Amino acid sequence: MIHTLSVLVEDKPGALMRISSMFARRGYNIDSLAVGPTERQNVSRIVMRVDCEQHSLEQIEKQMHKLVNVLRVSELEPGQAVERELALITVAAAPAARAELLSLAEVLGVRVADVGPNAIVFEVVGAPEQIDTFEELVRPHGIKELARTGRIGLARASVGRSGTKQLVHN
Amino acid sequence: MRMNGADALLRSLEAEGVDTVFGIPGGAILPTYDALARGTTIRHVLARHEQGAGHMAQGFARASGRVGVAFATSGPGATNLVTPIADAWMDSTPLVCVTGQVRSHLIGTDAFQECDITGITIPIVKHSWLVQDVDELPHAIKAAFHVASTGRCGPVLVDIPRDIQEAEFDFSYPDEIDLPGWRPAASVNTKQVRAAAQAIADAQRPVLYVGGGTINAEACDELRRLAELWQLPVVTTLMAKSSFPETHELHFGWPGMHGAKWSNWAMNKCDVLVAVGARFDDRVTGKLSAFAPGATVVHLDVDAAEIGKLRRAEIPVVGPLKQILAELANAFEALKDKGVRSQTGPWLAQLAGWREEFPLRYGDDGDMLKPQRVLETLQAQTSGRDDVIWTTGVGQHQMWAMQYLLCDRPRSFITSGGLGTMGYGLPAAVGAKAARPDATVVCIDGDGCFQMTSQELATSVTEDLPIVVVIVNNGYLGMVRQWQDMFFEERFSQVRLAQDSPDYVKLAEAYGAVGLRAETEDELEATLAEAMACGRTAVVDCRVDPAEHCFPMIPAGAAALDLVEYEQRSVPVP
Repeated sequence: MIHTLSVLVEDKPGALMRISSMFARRGYNIDSLAVGPTERQNVSRIVMRVDCEQHSLEQIEKQMHKLVNVLRVSELEPGQAVERELALITVAAAPAARAELLSLAEVLGVRVADVGPNAIVFEVVGAPEQIDTFEELVRPHGIKELARTGRIGLARASVGRSGTKQLVHN
Repeated sequence: MRMNGADALLRSLEAEGVDTVFGIPGGAILPTYDALARGTTIRHVLARHEQGAGHMAQGFARASGRVGVAFATSGPGATNLVTPIADAWMDSTPLVCVTGQVRSHLIGTDAFQECDITGITIPIVKHSWLVQDVDELPHAIKAAFHVASTGRCGPVLVDIPRDIQEAEFDFSYPDEIDLPGWRPAASVNTKQVRAAAQAIADAQRPVLYVGGGTINAEACDELRRLAELWQLPVVTTLMAKSSFPETHELHFGWPGMHGAKWSNWAMNKCDVLVAVGARFDDRVTGKLSAFAPGATVVHLDVDAAEIGKLRRAEIPVVGPLKQILAELANAFEALKDKGVRSQTGPWLAQLAGWREEFPLRYGDDGDMLKPQRVLETLQAQTSGRDDVIWTTGVGQHQMWAMQYLLCDRPRSFITSGGLGTMGYGLPAAVGAKAARPDATVVCIDGDGCFQMTSQELATSVTEDLPIVVVIVNNGYLGMVRQWQDMFFEERFSQVRLAQDSPDYVKLAEAYGAVGLRAETEDELEATLAEAMACGRTAVVDCRVDPAEHCFPMIPAGAAALDLVEYEQRSVPVP
């Protein structure tokens, strides 16, 4: 099962390396990972997707909690969190196919970031599933390149921080 | 006060109460060694190899309960500390390693003796600091000692570039430190303690499975009170040896691969298994699914991550062990006041019966000195003494030491458990002697182990830290030989050393130590007695039977009940 973890860490050199090293050493895989600043100075948020059993998840959280730079570990529960991701997708677009692609983008609210003679770069922002959908729709045209940021997430405003399951914290 | 980083480092260590450090100087740590020369209350013990310095600091920590400190220079000096750091990580030994680093502007340029030691050690330290500004140095040292010695103990590393050691600043040492991400469990959930007490009180066949965390937590008195109060049998792991008096009627040996049969049976047949600062290591459990199969597990530990890591705990209690054990004992007092009585009598009688029925045994065939005799003789000669500290290397001799030496006082048995570091024993003994000058420190070593760190004999002699090294010399890498004999159809591959090369007596003498040899039982007693009494660094070369195996043995991956005793030579394949 895939779990989304939200980890607050001190913005110190090596903090990310300590976390990723722990994952590697204990044999856990990170599906996606996004790091960025938060509302607090010198505190970063890492949102990571991990495919593992519940038992492993508990171990991961406890082991992460032991890292001195880690301040808080919580799970973003499905339905209780807002999750977004950004993707840039370069799709082959011969002049004949262009109109179809552009109308598809318009319908799905996808922006066009750049247009070239034989390709279009689309900018997709949304829930990760929406990006998956767009990706599948344009795949028949030929995806030349694709970059995704990995998802970020926060608890829903209606539920506040209680919407995250705080597993361990300091 | 205005001073440079190197002086500030020493003032910081002094403020932490450090009186002894172990190390070797080199280019990137020269300013710190200059500060040592200019004046400090700290004694520096000059090792002959940084690995030795690290193990000495570990031995110091384990003998004293204080944080051990090792110094090394950048590059190879730092990488030579990696083994002690990994060892301290596995055995939760509080250790602060201070390494010199190349000048800040050279970091990342592949400069002479540069290496990314903070990067290399990330998987094996609790935390590390690369000091990038001299103003951060006192804080880093304060934090290093705090992290190393609180919660579950372990190693930390502080890497200090040479220019930071030289930089002048206004030094003041912080009284307190706030690490928002390091908040080890400080209190105990009373409800969980009550649940644990109830489960133990209801048990017919409880066992206290005690691990090294008990010694680290200074909780040995509390353990004893608890065991005596409710008449609970105690089984101590290798790391917990000496946490509970081994001559006590409630002590029932050691679990695991070379543990006694009665100990393993106790673990296997118990109905409530109380893990006290223990971590269900594979050398203890054997086949995990067959370990204590019918038991309800009560797991007491300061490290929440150990709970449920390998074995589900029905009743977890997280917190400082000293407090947990004290509160458990209080709960039993309360039960006693209510008229509840311990029901462990028949179980204790059963365990004592097994101990009677299946004693440790070894052959008396052949003319050669048996290695077990060496340990038995040492035990007989030191029985009742309260000033002896044992250290060991890793292998057969270590397991025999576990089986035959009886330790009654905490911190009197110091060994490498988790990492299994050959060569640990001799430098650890030197460190233990520095911590406890009043003690007679004896390293039980194998001939293979001894040759991995024997240069530290020079440290022992020149630093006036006399120790006794008893080499159980079978001329082989004995434990590997045993496995090849038992599991690889006697194909001995690269395990033959030589009983007479080096000549250990001459080697000892070359270092200025006493060298002695025992080849027969007749010689053994007098020789060991002479070494123990000489007051100098002494090496005793005990030439023993190389064919002797260490039994009992649970083959790797096998269940506890598949234990092999000494007379059986055919072994079930796990």
